[in-house]
Amino acid sequence: MGSLIHAVTLDKDKCKGCTNCIKHCPTEAIRVRDGKAKIIDERCIDCGECIRICPHHAKTAITDSLEEIKKFRYPVAIPAPSLYGQFKGNVSVDKIISGLYGLGFFKVWEVARGAEIVSKVTERYLKEHDLPKPVISSACPTVMRLIRIRYPELVDHILPVDSPMEVAAYMVKEELAAEGYAREDIGVFFISPCAAKFTIVKNPLGKEKSNVDGVLAISDIYGPLLEKIKEEKMNKVLQKSTSAGIGWAISGGESRLIKDRRHISVDGLTNVTRVLEDAMMGKLKEVDFIEALACSGGCVGGPLTVENPFMAKERISKLSEGITGELPQVSAELADGFVYDKPITPQNVLRLDEDMVKAIKKMGEIEEITEDLPGLDCGACGAPTCRALAEDIVRGKADELDCIIKLRENVSGLAERMVDLAKKMPPSMNQYEKRER
Amino acid sequence: MTEGKSEITPIELFFEIERGDFVRAGEASSKIKKKLLRLGFTGSTIRCAAIATYEAEMNIVIHSLGGSLKVKIYPEKVVLVAKDEGPGIPDVALAMKEGFSTAPEQVREMGFGAGMGLPNMRNCADEFEIESREDVGTTVTMVLYKGG
Repeated sequence: MGSLIHAVTLDKDKCKGCTNCIKHCPTEAIRVRDGKAKIIDERCIDCGECIRICPHHAKTAITDSLEEIKKFRYPVAIPAPSLYGQFKGNVSVDKIISGLYGLGFFKVWEVARGAEIVSKVTERYLKEHDLPKPVISSACPTVMRLIRIRYPELVDHILPVDSPMEVAAYMVKEELAAEGYAREDIGVFFISPCAAKFTIVKNPLGKEKSNVDGVLAISDIYGPLLEKIKEEKMNKVLQKSTSAGIGWAISGGESRLIKDRRHISVDGLTNVTRVLEDAMMGKLKEVDFIEALACSGGCVGGPLTVENPFMAKERISKLSEGITGELPQVSAELADGFVYDKPITPQNVLRLDEDMVKAIKKMGEIEEITEDLPGLDCGACGAPTCRALAEDIVRGKADELDCIIKLRENVSGLAERMVDLAKKMPPSMNQYEKRER
Repeated sequence: MTEGKSEITPIELFFEIERGDFVRAGEASSKIKKKLLRLGFTGSTIRCAAIATYEAEMNIVIHSLGGSLKVKIYPEKVVLVAKDEGPGIPDVALAMKEGFSTAPEQVREMGFGAGMGLPNMRNCADEFEIESREDVGTTVTMVLYKGG
């Protein structure tokens, strides 16, 4: 496994070295060192919690810039359906799409249509395969990373089907190629609410290579796009997606298309963790399918969005009301192509040692050190909890005196000793009463 | 009984389980799972440990007057001992049958007591032992081997 390219990164100049982010990271992937936050790459799941919480906006997500599209003769935009919920007033999907054309894209192919295809493929896959229950949706890359890191026992519950983004990218490339455009001239750009999508495009799961060539943050293109939308006079019908696909932008949108099966939809990482815990214990046997989205409200709550997620959700709800239109017909051959080639494997990055005997010893040490630490979980040592510090100490990445309480204890012990020492006199000199006794 | 070939001190965990405490049931399971993950156990062992301990917790919560769960983690195996005080199981062979349940109506209405607890535990464990004395209590011992 090569090094992971991560979307979520730190802007060192802006980081004040406060400990807000370490406290909110669900995988304890951040430490403060030398006055700056440091992300432990292999633990980061790109959920974007730190981006949301950082008061200094020092946490950012790497995405591509709009300039990148010029590198391709035929740049294609594939907008996430969550984009449709970002605009105030009555901005229609047609207007948004024409705005994207205005930004210089040669073609726009809606990810909502990709979602409709995925729903079809899912229906077929569930019918033909007997996955362990409950099956867990693969739509959210953060949840997938979370499962691989923290719930290795659930990896074979993941639905091995491409995401709507991948499907859309594939479809538009095929369409354009069939029309005679050279593949190397086509560059597909995902318009994303989500940082994790950038990571998964660079390090695809289940596939050798992603069909997506670049990821643009909704928040980055929002300004220019808004300008174009305002300019846009024409009112052509450009929307090809239906309410079914658009609904995927909010929690419940995917699972409502899963027919005749019991499903739950859960959003927000705390809730997702709770559901995965229960699934792990075998508590959720009566559930066939779990739609789990890391962001509150679903993709509309993504860290790269602009609009208040609840407003965005309200708009998407309206756009996706009722399920009009039929889901597209998907041939068996096409559907099979959207099934993963490679199995999803667990990634045990939390393991204390390759050698189990050593790991057990280390865990014993962690317990001992944790007992001895103040239990304040203050974060001043740069680790999120006392236990995390204990673990860092045992892993050789921190020192017990990183704990300010411990340091204080040591200093006061030293001070007492110094006072004692100061009272000492050489025997040749007057030793007060002590000697006389 | 062999205590494992290594002389290493195993990781020991102890959880008190109270009768009727449905809210906290699952906590032990969750904590044990976290430890196993950090120790480098693989998916199948973690899954089994999680399911077995959860079922054991639920059995104590539903059927007994209270009890405890003791876990010992060795490099090659996990030993789980669930011990409770209570009515005991009059007919162990019957209780081990899938679908057999003595759970009270109100518990079944909550979706528990499907009669799969003990069978699930047995199916998960590599070694399974149950000892029950009427009006005294029940002790279930399970051993899971690494990668088993």
